[in-house]
Amino acid sequence: MLRLEKLVKTYKTGDMALKAVDLVVPQGQVMALIGPSGAGKSTLIRCINRLVEPTSGQVHLGEVELTGLSSGALRRERRRMGMIFQEYALVERLSVMENVLSGRLGYVGFWRSFLRRFPQSDVDEAFRLLDRVGLAHMADKRADELSGGQRQRVGICRALIQNPALLLVDEPTASLDPKTSRQIMRLICELCKERELAAIINIHDVALAQMFVQRVIGLRLGAVEFDGAPEGLTPDVLTSIYGEEDWEATIEKVDDDEVAAE
Amino acid sequence: MSELNILIGKKWKKPPFIQRVWLRWLLIMGFFAYLIAAYMTIDVNWARVYEGLERGKQFVLAFTSPDFASRSTDIWGGMFESIVMTVAASVVGITISIPIALGAARNVAPLPVYLICRSIIAISRALQEIIVAILLVAIFGFGPLAGFITLSFATIGFLSKLLAEDIESMDRVQAEAIKASGARWTQWINYGVQPQVMPRLIGLSMYRLDINFRESAILGLVGAGGIGATLNTAFDRYEYDTAAAILLIIIVIVMALEYLSGVIRARVQ
Repeated sequence: MLRLEKLVKTYKTGDMALKAVDLVVPQGQVMALIGPSGAGKSTLIRCINRLVEPTSGQVHLGEVELTGLSSGALRRERRRMGMIFQEYALVERLSVMENVLSGRLGYVGFWRSFLRRFPQSDVDEAFRLLDRVGLAHMADKRADELSGGQRQRVGICRALIQNPALLLVDEPTASLDPKTSRQIMRLICELCKERELAAIINIHDVALAQMFVQRVIGLRLGAVEFDGAPEGLTPDVLTSIYGEEDWEATIEKVDDDEVAAE
Repeated sequence: MSELNILIGKKWKKPPFIQRVWLRWLLIMGFFAYLIAAYMTIDVNWARVYEGLERGKQFVLAFTSPDFASRSTDIWGGMFESIVMTVAASVVGITISIPIALGAARNVAPLPVYLICRSIIAISRALQEIIVAILLVAIFGFGPLAGFITLSFATIGFLSKLLAEDIESMDRVQAEAIKASGARWTQWINYGVQPQVMPRLIGLSMYRLDINFRESAILGLVGAGGIGATLNTAFDRYEYDTAAAILLIIIVIVMALEYLSGVIRARVQ
């Protein structure tokens, strides 16, 4: 579904954020991307939909190669990639409904979107999604009136209404409390399952990642250090990704969490 | 540990902004020397001031008996002209400013467009209103047309610059999220940028309306129409009571605009 070939990103400052990353994500697979700050997790996600331009290498989404696309063609391909952001990135002064419908901007013309006259099918789908995440009654509230967890759920609706094939998720739980974090992760994973979406979830919380995903990629200094099932994250592996630290507590906590969750 | 022992018991002071002691004192001394020298060049003719006080007194006293009646046709005519000039110039100026502001924001526009728009702003800001008005009066003749064009031109420099700065300091991630959905550029501006800068745009527009009205009173002095022309005539004829009436009306209108802009800004937050 998604295939990265020798993806390199070098910033103008000379920092090598990504060093020839190769990666294949099959359809329907939810994958977590872990690694210390500055390992290139955000850069990797943004290089896929070219919010950050990769320096070299290729990104294949299905049959289409993205890095060589013109801006018009890139826009059409971006519709197939929903993105969920750290700190939600909702447009705060727009309503919940406008935020969700902004996911359809790639499909409707300028005047339609300017006059907020979206096709009925889009509006219906927006209500369906909002209802799915339990926020249908909030549709006309302004985005900045919502709590953190609610905002992230609106962010999820905005990504899903694009009808994407792939979700790019950048630190979805970074500013949420532990309980809300789990609810959001659970919701993302459930929705991916319902719609057979592939997802790359960039996440700091190793324990949380282990609880929900099928595959973990460990990134260190812009290179893939670990690729495997979440059970494979032993203290040695974590040391190789993050550096020396006592990892037993992290891993043990996961076991406790899983018991508690059930 | 020994490093800490040296620090304990020592006074702490904020490091000075200028590290070199001699440079710091040179700048301070230089500043005061300049100040004293500058004051010594001011030449006051105290006898003239004493004479002038009498005229000043008359002027101030005129405010106790403003004369709205004897020149009322001129006053209302001039006032009407000023208001028309202000509103028309604000609408035209703001309409032109918005695209220029978008072009002058580095995070929205490509470099060539940015440089062109910044140049337009620089030219508009470099030319003072009075100078532009004198030039335009020479071209279009006496009357409000020159004033209208002057104010529109000045509005562009003011509003575009401040709006562009607001666009440049917007939250990048909110706009990025709209871009990631595959929106076109126009949709991106409409959904990602416009909501973020709208309160500032409205606030600045109201403020500029206020400035344009006050400027329209000045522009009359150089023949560009409006209430300023009436005011100038009143001064020339030593009709301080009529001048006082005009000034009072200007003050009332400016205060009303100030109040209105406060109400509107509270609404759009």
